Amino acid sequence: MARKEYAFYPGCSSQLRASAANYLTSTNSICKTLDIRMTAIPDWNCCGASISYAGGGELSRLVMNARNFALSENHLPGQDIVATCAACWLGAREAKHKLETDAQLLADANEALQEAGLNYSGKTKVRHMVEVLIEDFGYAELARPVVKPLAGIKFAGYVGCQTNRPFGIAGESFENPKYLDRLIETVGGEAAAGYEQKVTCCGGALAFSETEKSLKQIKEIVESAYDHGADMIVTPCALCQANVEVYQSEVNKKYGTKLAMPVTYYSQLMTVAYGGTAKEAGLGGHIIQPAKLQEAANNPTPGKQ
Amino acid sequence: MNELNIKYHNNFLMEVEENVEEGKWVKMCMQCGVCSGSCPFGPHWAHPPQELFMMVRAGKRADVLNSDSMWMCTSCYNCVVRCPRKLPITQIMHGLAAYANHLGMAPKTQPTRDFSLLFWKNCTRTGRVNELRLTLGLYFNDGFMAGIRKGWAMRGIGLGLMKAGRLNAFELFKGHVCKDRKGVHAMLKKAAEIEQRRKHPAS
Repeated sequence: MARKEYAFYPGCSSQLRASAANYLTSTNSICKTLDIRMTAIPDWNCCGASISYAGGGELSRLVMNARNFALSENHLPGQDIVATCAACWLGAREAKHKLETDAQLLADANEALQEAGLNYSGKTKVRHMVEVLIEDFGYAELARPVVKPLAGIKFAGYVGCQTNRPFGIAGESFENPKYLDRLIETVGGEAAAGYEQKVTCCGGALAFSETEKSLKQIKEIVESAYDHGADMIVTPCALCQANVEVYQSEVNKKYGTKLAMPVTYYSQLMTVAYGGTAKEAGLGGHIIQPAKLQEAANNPTPGKQ
Repeated sequence: MNELNIKYHNNFLMEVEENVEEGKWVKMCMQCGVCSGSCPFGPHWAHPPQELFMMVRAGKRADVLNSDSMWMCTSCYNCVVRCPRKLPITQIMHGLAAYANHLGMAPKTQPTRDFSLLFWKNCTRTGRVNELRLTLGLYFNDGFMAGIRKGWAMRGIGLGLMKAGRLNAFELFKGHVCKDRKGVHAMLKKAAEIEQRRKHPAS
């Protein structure tokens, strides 16, 4: 039996061959090291994300999440739901909050769920992977498996929006959350101090619909990382990762800049520090290569032949 | 006195309270403007949230609902956590946008409106998002030639993602799906029915 067990809600972007496939790969790797057993909620569905508001009514968006809760209660009773995607986590947390505080909505949701042969009792907890790491393990425990400290690499810890607001990680401030910097230090890296774009919005879903406006956000997020001497950006959010990495070429076209700042996930840092290979860390999944992290992954582990 | 009464009534505020998600909070805004100053897209709003709240209370129905302001919300929740009265501003903006769309009063060529509708359609079709169809759907929203042009302009990114194993051309034919699609559709149909019932209890 594994040390900890959770009901895993990977979400649409963290599937095989999807835009955050490497987030999934590296999450699986750290779970293996930490002896965490993540069982995907059978037949889970999309949370609706924040952007679907004009298409689906309040109850319709709510039941999308309630279906996942009900499936989790049925198949993985007693296990907390854990999301890696910021939007999935937020969507599910918001839905759970509404179902908890509005008896009418809960009754309506269950009436709709019945059509899919399901029922939600309201027990399931919804958490983010970062919460699991910090609260159920703690920094000291997370540092224990480090065999390859990421010394000499400087990271700009970019928290972004939806893992930070409106719920955030307990005990952290909205304006200057510290947990990502602490995670960087836990794996032996250097966190860029005073990175002032830490919680700036990358444009989110509007990077698709209002690309020009979002490019300005992304430019500032990346330029500030350069200003602080960072080798790469690290983030807990799949959409932040995609937007900030992928659109740098568009920023360069528009502004005549030469940005090429790698953007990685905390789970990739942890995988490499835990002695994982570049493949196990999903380092092949980048458009802008995180050279220093790849180098670290390819170097032999100290004291090991 | 009479003239004032005629010019300043709160019918629209009551309409918003009744029909807009979290609309009941609009009356609580104290016009401090922290939301407007905290918005990453602030400069692009014709009427930032603080102004929209006052316009709702002043009965400026068409000006609010025809506006593309609320469609500028990126769902970053900065305004929500900074609001001294803790109003769910992000949710109210989504609610106003959705209500305007529902009434057919939203601007017709609003790209975020298009994307929002496309996203919901995409994710409820099979229960999971098909990222390739979503992106192409947005590109081709303005017609075939516009889609080809946009696709061509973004080809570097698309190929880069494919090479990185994060975008798969086969998604177009066989993407990720929920096994119980039928259940998802039946559930959503019922949810829409219940919503209608709540809005029009008599029918």
